[in-house]
Amino acid sequence: MEKIKCECGHVNPEGTVLCEACGKPVEENQHIDGNDKRKLLNMRYDGSARRSQTYNKTIVDKIWNFFSSVKVGVWLIVLALIASGIGTIFPQEQYIPPEAPSRDPSVYYEAQHGIFGLIYYQLGFHNLYSSWWYLLLIALIGISLVICSIDRFVPLYKALKNQRPRRHKQFLNRQRLFSKTDYVTDDEKSKLVSGLKKKRYKVYEENGHILAEKGRFSRWGPYVNHIGLIIILIAALLRMTPFMYLDEYVWVREGEQKSIPGTDGEYHIENQEFILETYDEDDERFQDAIEQQGMVEKNFQTNAVIYKETGEDIAGAEPELEKVTEDEMRMNEPLKFDKYTLYQAGYQQNEFQSMSFKIHETDDPDEESLGEFTVDLTDPQDEYNLDNGFQVLVSQYYPDYELSDEGEPRSQTNYPRNPAFVFTVHPPDNEESEMSFVGIGRNVDATGENDYKLGVQDFETRYASGITVRVDHTLPFFIIGAAIFMIGVIQGMYWHHRRIWLNPEGEGLMMAGHTNKNWFGLKKDIEEIIEDTDVKMVDDQQELE
Amino acid sequence: MGSLIEISSTMLYTAFVLYLIATFFFGATIRQKNKRTKKGISGKIGITLTIVGFLAQIVYFITRWMASGHAPVSNMFEFVTFFGMSLVLAFIVLYFIYKLDILGLFALPVAMILIAYASVFPSEIAPLVPSLQSHWLYIHVTTVGLGQAILAVSFVAALIYLIRQIDQTVRSKRTILLEIILFGLFIFVGFSVISTAFNISGYSAEFEYSFNGETVTTDYHLPPIAGPNEGSLLTGDRMEPLFDAPSWMQGVDAARKFNTLIWSVLTGLGLYGLTRLILRKRVGAAIQPFLKKAKPDMLDEISYRAVAIGFPVFTLGGLIFAAIWAQIAWDRFWGWDPKEVWALVTWFFYAAFLHLRLSRGWHGEKSAWLAVIGFAIILFNLIAVNLLLAGLHSYA
Amino acid sequence: MSQTLAKSNKQRKKKNRLIFRTIVLAVLLVAVIYALVSNFTQDQAEVSAGTQAPDFKLEQINANNESESIQLSDFEGKGVMLNFWGTWCEPCEDEMPYMESLYPEYKEKGVEIIAVNLDTTKFVVDRFIDKYDLTFPVPYDSNSEVMNAYQVEPLPTTFFIKPDGEINEVVEGGLTLDRIEEHLQEIQPDQ
Repeated sequence: MEKIKCECGHVNPEGTVLCEACGKPVEENQHIDGNDKRKLLNMRYDGSARRSQTYNKTIVDKIWNFFSSVKVGVWLIVLALIASGIGTIFPQEQYIPPEAPSRDPSVYYEAQHGIFGLIYYQLGFHNLYSSWWYLLLIALIGISLVICSIDRFVPLYKALKNQRPRRHKQFLNRQRLFSKTDYVTDDEKSKLVSGLKKKRYKVYEENGHILAEKGRFSRWGPYVNHIGLIIILIAALLRMTPFMYLDEYVWVREGEQKSIPGTDGEYHIENQEFILETYDEDDERFQDAIEQQGMVEKNFQTNAVIYKETGEDIAGAEPELEKVTEDEMRMNEPLKFDKYTLYQAGYQQNEFQSMSFKIHETDDPDEESLGEFTVDLTDPQDEYNLDNGFQVLVSQYYPDYELSDEGEPRSQTNYPRNPAFVFTVHPPDNEESEMSFVGIGRNVDATGENDYKLGVQDFETRYASGITVRVDHTLPFFIIGAAIFMIGVIQGMYWHHRRIWLNPEGEGLMMAGHTNKNWFGLKKDIEEIIEDTDVKMVDDQQELE
Repeated sequence: MGSLIEISSTMLYTAFVLYLIATFFFGATIRQKNKRTKKGISGKIGITLTIVGFLAQIVYFITRWMASGHAPVSNMFEFVTFFGMSLVLAFIVLYFIYKLDILGLFALPVAMILIAYASVFPSEIAPLVPSLQSHWLYIHVTTVGLGQAILAVSFVAALIYLIRQIDQTVRSKRTILLEIILFGLFIFVGFSVISTAFNISGYSAEFEYSFNGETVTTDYHLPPIAGPNEGSLLTGDRMEPLFDAPSWMQGVDAARKFNTLIWSVLTGLGLYGLTRLILRKRVGAAIQPFLKKAKPDMLDEISYRAVAIGFPVFTLGGLIFAAIWAQIAWDRFWGWDPKEVWALVTWFFYAAFLHLRLSRGWHGEKSAWLAVIGFAIILFNLIAVNLLLAGLHSYA
Repeated sequence: MSQTLAKSNKQRKKKNRLIFRTIVLAVLLVAVIYALVSNFTQDQAEVSAGTQAPDFKLEQINANNESESIQLSDFEGKGVMLNFWGTWCEPCEDEMPYMESLYPEYKEKGVEIIAVNLDTTKFVVDRFIDKYDLTFPVPYDSNSEVMNAYQVEPLPTTFFIKPDGEINEVVEGGLTLDRIEEHLQEIQPDQ
């Protein structure tokens, strides 16, 4: 904790690389910036003492110093980069294709990708981005971000605020751009100053020593963009609280009305109609492409009505519904109400809406209709009485028929994807009743001696519309964070901090220039400023060979 | 309508030819003894031709937009072409800042390689599927394209830097790495050459194979070195594949893409071998003497400047605009789709690049190698992610 | 004198710095732990053992049972086995006879069995009830509202609710006769 007293009289804190007042290099501290063997000065953070590199006492200080290192920060970024890449080798669990033979991750990865898939799954890489260690990695980057910024901002701010135009000779001639002119007149000096002012430099003068500076605010860019990133990380943290974020999915069939999950039963959605449109294959513009790749979807949308429950607040209780809004919902055009947003996410067309049947005599080759009836699959009746006296009783209905392992008929799912019926037919003239089993592509006669046969005559299908329900109160934070990040990055990247020092040396003048980037631009500035004078152009002392 | 499309493709072709001629003029600047203050005439002609070519490509872009009714950035052909165009734009801008002729000699060929690569993909105007029907398509894709193109200029400058600076008198790890990078460019050329050759000859062989439990067919336009795993050849009178693609390659048409890759590498290898045979030295060593005039710190600065300019643009287009659109179309602004992840990887990488440069003093050669790796990541995201990894972006 | 002043000044600064760093690190640590914990517990449902069972009211469709409608709060003071099921679901079908066989006995003992049905048509439910001669109430949740309220995912899911309305246990998947009886005993009101 020794303070360093410079020959100019200024007392610098420990760890200073360049004297805060005059810029004279503190020789024994050059190693801090890895600059002990170089001719040119390292101007990082203007040679100010970064606190982290100076004290190392308690455990808190040690942890602090660990995160304060940019080297550690870069390592964390590189690790995150590699981990992110690994997560794309095989699809993540949520991206297992729906048509895969088995979507069970314990089966899928090995079946599709062999031994590598199995290892991938066992290491938990199928859920990499929500794994605790990936999260921790990102969190560590966040910590590094905060601590690095704190440790660098304060000293840099002080150093730039307290700059003095008068600089030590060593500071000047060890800048990358430097020249020394032996004789300079006052007239030339004032020309230089007016030249600098014309180039919109801020000129500070102290006893004939001049510092010209512009674009200092670009130096704050990195800190501003880091604040943006920190806000984004905080937003991500908030998103983990259920109160801030909701994500549900619901299938609503045409004509169906459902309670919207995640709304505590407060809202209902009715799917009035689902529309699917494809591109016209005769459209001149797209003919070739459609010929190549087949039909292309143009639009799918749900015409939805949203209701709000107004009655007593008990789930299921006969709801009194009040219409909130009625709108078309399509991709890129979500439906918003209250705090919720509904997205048209997908659709399925594998369900039947209704089926109509006809009765004919079994041995009639023309299958002339003796009577017809239609079953609404959302609400099948117990019996259907036909005009000509036939009566059809519905004995069994299987919405999604399959034969179980025990050879018993049953329904595979809740939805009419493969409807099948057991009908009992009572002919009008009081003949014996007959049983038939009828489904799509199936027509089984129970006894093999039926006089009458039932056939599927027609059917209607319906769409199920897949809808995502979202509440995301964290979006504003993400937007603010991203905006601040962009401002910071542009501020830091598109503006340049340039400084030119003019210090008298005997009859002459020493000129030095520094910038954090775009040296070419700084040189051009200096060239224009020294025009019409005999001041020597600066040498670029760092030209690479 | 038909005439618009014709104008459009003619203009693209014109742009390509102009870039080619401009490259020769930029090449001619090497021999000129110009002084710092006086620019040579070759360079002036070169940049003029480049600008005219760029304008021609703008006409391509606009007419194609008029013909299709949507901005031509919706599939692989259109995007890669746009990427090439943006690269030319980024080059023009940096040329006027730094007036460096040699940059044109390398940037334009890279742009041409991209355009040639694009032309191999189906160029029919395709209708937009519902998820793409948004103004964010134009905003997001063009910004990404521009950002990546600016970052690509960083690669070009870094490549020139490396060729100029690496000691070619002895064989070393660095010379080998540099040759690998150059060979990578040959593979791209090989891909364009071989695809075009077999396209003209009209080669086609159909295969049938099992994919996710369904029998599907695929149409090979290059003779099958690697056939689909346990597939069978349907077209008679065609050669049988030499071997089957390994079964773990599971993307859509994975075997066909794998076959194309083999062909590209083989053709690239052939072209590279031929070049080496003619030059009788490493390609890098052959180019090096022509670059003596270029100043290394100028190249280093351009490479860094391009990252400094390109990084914000890429962040805006590839992450922020992408997130906004994803929020509107897919109900989440971030979904860990492979393309998204690789945009993040790219972003992480350039963030590391900037930190290493600003805080750890990685200048010159180290920085140049990083710029090359960065471009490799961009290309990986453009090519491998679209073609090999399944995801939401696989339409393009 | 001034030296000691400078020294104490230095020490104060050092102490302040330590406090500042400790606070910043502590805040960051809390944030990280919060992130990890909430990531870990994200999948856990809010309606779980130990929480109060949400009330609901539904139409009752079992013709063998006299109730017109079922409201959970009416059963306060009784244990309730709340089963969510569908006719198409095989494990649901398997446990129905067990529930039926235990129903009369436990109804006497103050435990009600309620089987919320999630089918799309009443028709199939009627046939199913006939097939197994079920007598316990079968409320019909036609628009999945109660299912949403209870955050039911796999079928069957069974909630065993204590007489005071607190959920004693949530069981996802089918149950055997013995297991059902064990659970019923746990929620049986004290005599």
